[in-house]
Amino acid sequence: MERFTLSLPSTPCARADAAAALCGVVSSGNLEILVDRGSMADRCDIEVNTSAHGFRDTWEAVLADAVARHAAGGLALAINDAGATPAVVSLRLDQALEALEDRA
Amino acid sequence: MGAPWNQRAARRARRLERLAPLTRGREIAAADIIAALEAAIEPGDRVCLEGNNQKQADFLAESLADCSPERLHDLHMVQSVLALPAHIDVFERGIANRLDFSFSGPQANRLARLVEERRIAIGAIHTYLELFGRYFVDLTPDVCLIAAQAADADGNLYLGPNTEDTPAIVEATAFRHGIVIAQVNERLERLPRVDIPADWTDAFVVAPRPNYIEPLFTRDPAQITEIQVLMAMMAIKGIYAEYGVQRLNHGIGFDTAAIELLLPTYAESLGLRGKICSHWALNPHPTLIPAIEAGFVESVHSFGSEVGMENYVAARSDVFFTGRDGSMRSNRAFCQTAGLYACDMFIGSTLQIDLAGNSSTATLGRIAGFGGAPNMGSDARGRRHASPAWLRAGRERAGDAIATRGQKLVVQTVETFREHMAPAFVDRLDAWQLMEDMGMDLPPIMIHGDDVTHIVTEEGIANLLLCRSAAEREQAIRGVAGYTPVGRARDARMVENLRDRGVIRRPEDIGIDKRGATRDLLAARSIKDLVRASGGLYDPPRRFRNW
Repeated sequence: MERFTLSLPSTPCARADAAAALCGVVSSGNLEILVDRGSMADRCDIEVNTSAHGFRDTWEAVLADAVARHAAGGLALAINDAGATPAVVSLRLDQALEALEDRA
Repeated sequence: MGAPWNQRAARRARRLERLAPLTRGREIAAADIIAALEAAIEPGDRVCLEGNNQKQADFLAESLADCSPERLHDLHMVQSVLALPAHIDVFERGIANRLDFSFSGPQANRLARLVEERRIAIGAIHTYLELFGRYFVDLTPDVCLIAAQAADADGNLYLGPNTEDTPAIVEATAFRHGIVIAQVNERLERLPRVDIPADWTDAFVVAPRPNYIEPLFTRDPAQITEIQVLMAMMAIKGIYAEYGVQRLNHGIGFDTAAIELLLPTYAESLGLRGKICSHWALNPHPTLIPAIEAGFVESVHSFGSEVGMENYVAARSDVFFTGRDGSMRSNRAFCQTAGLYACDMFIGSTLQIDLAGNSSTATLGRIAGFGGAPNMGSDARGRRHASPAWLRAGRERAGDAIATRGQKLVVQTVETFREHMAPAFVDRLDAWQLMEDMGMDLPPIMIHGDDVTHIVTEEGIANLLLCRSAAEREQAIRGVAGYTPVGRARDARMVENLRDRGVIRRPEDIGIDKRGATRDLLAARSIKDLVRASGGLYDPPRRFRNW
């Protein structure tokens, strides 16, 4: 297991206060993303737990792009990963964050 | 003895004379097969052992490997595929020492070791069509050992649905005074149909068990991922629909299985029935069943059959090629020709793509070859007939210049990372290292960059036809290479510029909502769904039955 946390700038999410969502499942090659309220309105707090070692660089790039694409400020994301590829990670992030944007 | 101009016929007569005491009529008893092979084959012979990625003359392969290396040695094996342990045993046991072939997937590691130990000399790795071609020029077999479904007393052969390579091999051998020996699953009084006439064959043996057939083209829909669904949507909307692709070949794998399963759902919803995917050069993929049932498909010609599809194919004779007996007729040589000359698109997956678009499934320590992919996945420069898809691709490539020919669409579809985070995009193909390690003349490239027209990944579609320089091409490839090191080293401004020009298109650029990419779009989500879609006609192999 590898675990790390990030705090990235992002446009504030209008629904941050009421945010609570779960996307995906922890199974081989997949991941789950738990969305909760974060600590700062213009930042997205992210905690990553991953079964794969040595890809922190790639994670940071994937996550930075995702919170730049979406309004994720004021959110906290907890990611539990079981070896998902960046393609799957990006898709799950889009699913989790777009769901909140739609409801805004 | 024959006249000086007919030595081959005389040689053939000598061999048949030696074989005669071991046959009753045309039949060799299974217990006598080793003696029969030792009688029919001579040291130094060029021997074709039938076996491809599906049907295998496995009993004859094992029997050849069990022959005495004192009687039979220095054989030159010519064969489509090295798939069985016995195919390598003949080299390890000193019976054969030269090889010309197309594909060695399952035995690729053992083959590489033999080359390193200098116990085998590989003439060349070919495509299927190329190897068949050489059977009629400079690699004509002296003896061929083939597999058939049934023989009659006269030696006529019935090949069943898995006709595959047999007609090409027998034609080359029989008409140049070679010896044709078949293993058959059964002897019948009357054959359902004659696929190889008796006067092209010399002897047959009823094998102790039916010849092996690999269900290579069966893909369980349960294993198709959402990313593959997304990429399939992009391919259908961004390429199939845009070019109006009516005649095509699909590679093996889950990426293209996903496309097949999206035809009756997603493609139907786009109004594409009758506008795309009407004519196929394709094995009877079980995952094509829902599209056939939905009326998408007019015709399918096949290289070989697929285990379990026999009854379905026989019941859909308007779609598939079948004999007067009702069962399927396949033919690898003709279907490869169809894929090369009569199809407007090939789409398939690969393991590695470099910055020039060269792609290869060759990996270190394995000599695998590519079978038919290089023919399917290349532009036939001898083609002269036009079609809308072919013309449009040719005009895109020509740009401002006048197009005097069209272009086959050759599409590589890959997720940017494979399992275990292995990047599909690389600066340098493993093929180059393999070339050095194995002393090859050329790197084993499956599809050359200048034949690839489009690359589809989860990030987007790169249309290489629209690139006007090597630098643009490189950035177009980097621009869909995701978070691989190759992708992250992109020139972001140039990539955005290519996107503005439509060279790179993201899912949202072609109106695809990524959240719609769910497995619910698959017309079948399990093997059981496929059985249901076939009305119970598809009978999957046991290993695919989990209910």
